[in-house]
Amino acid sequence: MKQTFAIGIGGAAGQGVATPGDIFAKIFSRRGLNLNAYNAYQSIIRGGHTFLTIRTGLEKVTNMGDRIDLFIPLNQDSMDRHLKLLSAGAACLYNADTIHPGPAADGVQLCALPVSEMADITRNKVAQNTIAIGAGLHMMGIGFQALEDVLQEQFKKKGDAVVAENVNVARAGYDYAAAHFTAFPNPLPKADNRYAILSGNIAMAMGGAAAGVKFYCAYPMSPSTGVLHWMAAHARKAGIMVRQVEDEIGVVNMAIGAAHAGVRSMCATSGGGFALMSEGLGMSAMMETPVVVINCQRAGPSTGVPTKTEQGDLWQMLGAAFGDYPRVIAAPLDIGDCFKLIPEIFNIADRFQCPGLVLCDLLLSEGRLSVHPKDLDFNPPVDRGELITASNGAPSSVPTNGTYKRYKFTESGVSPRAVPGVPGHVHTVATDEHMEDGVLISDEFTNPIKRRAMMEKRMRKVAGIEASVPPPALWGPRNAEVTLIGWGSTKGVIEEACQILNEQGISANHLQVRWLVPLHGDAIREILKDAHHSIIVENNYSGQFARYLRSETSFVANGHIRKYDGEPFMPHHIVEAVKEQLSGTTKLSVPMHEIMV
Amino acid sequence: MATTARSSQLTLADLKGKVDPDWCPGCGDFGVLSAIQKALVELQIPNHNVVAISGIGCSSNLPGFINTYGMHTLHGRAVAVATGLKLANHELTVLVTGGDGDGFGIGGNHFVHAMRRNVDVTYIVMDNQIYGLTTGQTSPTSRIGMKTKSMPFGNIEAPVNPISLALAAGATFVARGYSGDQKHLTELIKRAIEHKGFSFLDVFSPCVTYNHDNTYQWYRPRVKKLEDDTAYDPSAWIAAMEKSLLWGEEIPIGRFFERSDVPSLNAAEPVLNDGPLVHRDPRVPPEVARAFIEELM
Repeated sequence: MKQTFAIGIGGAAGQGVATPGDIFAKIFSRRGLNLNAYNAYQSIIRGGHTFLTIRTGLEKVTNMGDRIDLFIPLNQDSMDRHLKLLSAGAACLYNADTIHPGPAADGVQLCALPVSEMADITRNKVAQNTIAIGAGLHMMGIGFQALEDVLQEQFKKKGDAVVAENVNVARAGYDYAAAHFTAFPNPLPKADNRYAILSGNIAMAMGGAAAGVKFYCAYPMSPSTGVLHWMAAHARKAGIMVRQVEDEIGVVNMAIGAAHAGVRSMCATSGGGFALMSEGLGMSAMMETPVVVINCQRAGPSTGVPTKTEQGDLWQMLGAAFGDYPRVIAAPLDIGDCFKLIPEIFNIADRFQCPGLVLCDLLLSEGRLSVHPKDLDFNPPVDRGELITASNGAPSSVPTNGTYKRYKFTESGVSPRAVPGVPGHVHTVATDEHMEDGVLISDEFTNPIKRRAMMEKRMRKVAGIEASVPPPALWGPRNAEVTLIGWGSTKGVIEEACQILNEQGISANHLQVRWLVPLHGDAIREILKDAHHSIIVENNYSGQFARYLRSETSFVANGHIRKYDGEPFMPHHIVEAVKEQLSGTTKLSVPMHEIMV
Repeated sequence: MATTARSSQLTLADLKGKVDPDWCPGCGDFGVLSAIQKALVELQIPNHNVVAISGIGCSSNLPGFINTYGMHTLHGRAVAVATGLKLANHELTVLVTGGDGDGFGIGGNHFVHAMRRNVDVTYIVMDNQIYGLTTGQTSPTSRIGMKTKSMPFGNIEAPVNPISLALAAGATFVARGYSGDQKHLTELIKRAIEHKGFSFLDVFSPCVTYNHDNTYQWYRPRVKKLEDDTAYDPSAWIAAMEKSLLWGEEIPIGRFFERSDVPSLNAAEPVLNDGPLVHRDPRVPPEVARAFIEELM
């Protein structure tokens, strides 16, 4: 079992759950520890309930885990909801002035903090949070200096008095814990690493900057808005044009307009906004103008549950826009991959002049993960494909006006793309079907032979796309008792479930799919033909990936684990479901989420 | 791009498209195409630096009939596409050409927001007060009472007033032309292209097939040039709004309003200070990249 330590902080929105979370995260990361943070929250700006889980450890931490070691409820509601999650060895730190614990499991340490005696709560409204951080830190066996440094940074803009006030309050909590509470038996380890902590949204935005994106536009929509926020804040330094647009129809069209001028262009949204962009993707495909669109899935249909996660948009992505056209769809496997994937998908979109779709979800978009700085490579390979610009337009090789064919028939289906402004290559692109030179064959000159030839030219690109993307690989023992299959963001939790199963004597291996289109169905069938008991794990109701896999490969899994309550899988959900299915009780498990937010 | 493929002057022949227009004989759009070509020749803008962008509809076929760069986009989306293209390469001259259904109906949202953004493109609407390519339905500018296939008993919905709408939305150049007056229209298009900011030009472009109300015969005696009224001051917004409401025996054409004190979107955005994005090095400088990562540590 992984040696990790998890903190849960619960409270109302606006009560300052995020600040202690950020402080703990910084301290852990500076100790060289890995961490994963997930905030379960509601669509309300003030009030309601949020529950932040920060899990840390020496090894890579990929998900929220199964256990809370330290619980800090900031109000009674939070105490009432979550105290029951704690088991022996865990502790709960709470403000004894305002919060009363209920019944706790045996071996749970209830740590009452007399906040009003420790700080001037009329002056410092969040004193209870700062005291709890100090107390928690002592119990984890971390020296006070680490906290003092972070508080210095956090409050330095507000002046020395505010810094001193917060340091004193934190110190009071730290000392109180030393005198009154039992510290955790194993102090948090320390290592020589230094990690960056980032959300999937920040990772995708930075990945865009690294890929050379020069145009980004969006309409705000949870959970994708973080991409816009990073882009907007860093636009001037990175030299990126960032626009907030009137709606997502405008977004995708504006992005394609910029892409057509020759820059790398990207936009992000969630399922509802993506639905509005659908017609625009057809335009990208027909004009053969590459654009990258990110869909950060949330629980649907319709407005659905805006602050909850789901993998429910797969078929929307597969079917987006009418007609047949080449497209690329990839689902990042973790927050680090959110960064890495963007330059990769841009290279494919550029080389094959087609839309590149990124299927992310709230879990990655808004979750946080420690990532090694070397994995945030701002100098990735960039392949713009056959692009003719004013700077590389090579006038010597340039055909004169009238002979350049934007949609020239080629073996690969890819035709050299000249952008407006390049002399000698004047042409018109169209969403209508057209001939090699761009002239329409949709109205006056309809022609079945030419239509067929142009359709086949575009679709020839599919083979090239497939060759440029690797098939997925099996992880774990080859001849395992059970094979778990997932896609995208569930990689970390399935991996951990496999480890637990293996430790418990049930050999398990794991196939995680990143490239959804092209899928490499033959390679997947080859991998799965030896599987003894295959189970598909996904965060939706109907088994969207299971149906897709079946449609592409005829492969039918032995069982399914699905979750559509808005919250992500925890490792034990998968472990217990696997056991249930191996015992033959059921072929479909829908784990119940225990944390109520 | 200081040098062009040819050193000679741009002529009308250079702007002739690969195919001839397939509009109905007598369509007002011929006059608009011709005026655009004349304006480009008079302004001597190299054709590789011009992009004509349209949506869908009879008039939106225009980019196929002119030898400049062109984009024949989706119904209603030309203005959004043009905004992105202009921001990625603001050295290009961007013309948006389309119809009243495309611009004021399905594209209404983008139209309004492009005007308040003041992006430096020229939007020429060939306004025939009818849907032509779908064979004759009511359009957002069809007058009350007009009978069409979709409203056979007469339109009971008030039409949009494109000039008033543009003024209210904050357009910095608002004009109306008439396809039947080439010289006047050519001058308006030149002026609109030269304007630094969003220039909107609504052009009466009669549909000879489906609109039997708003014909050349109907327009000719009614259109009156604002330029003929020496007292009219196009910098006065309220006067322009009042003029925009005139409709009936006398319909004003010409430049209703122009202001040059509002910077265009591309001029206001500091990211463009170092030249068009398309010519920039796409790499983030290493020290900037390091700072981005350092923020997260």
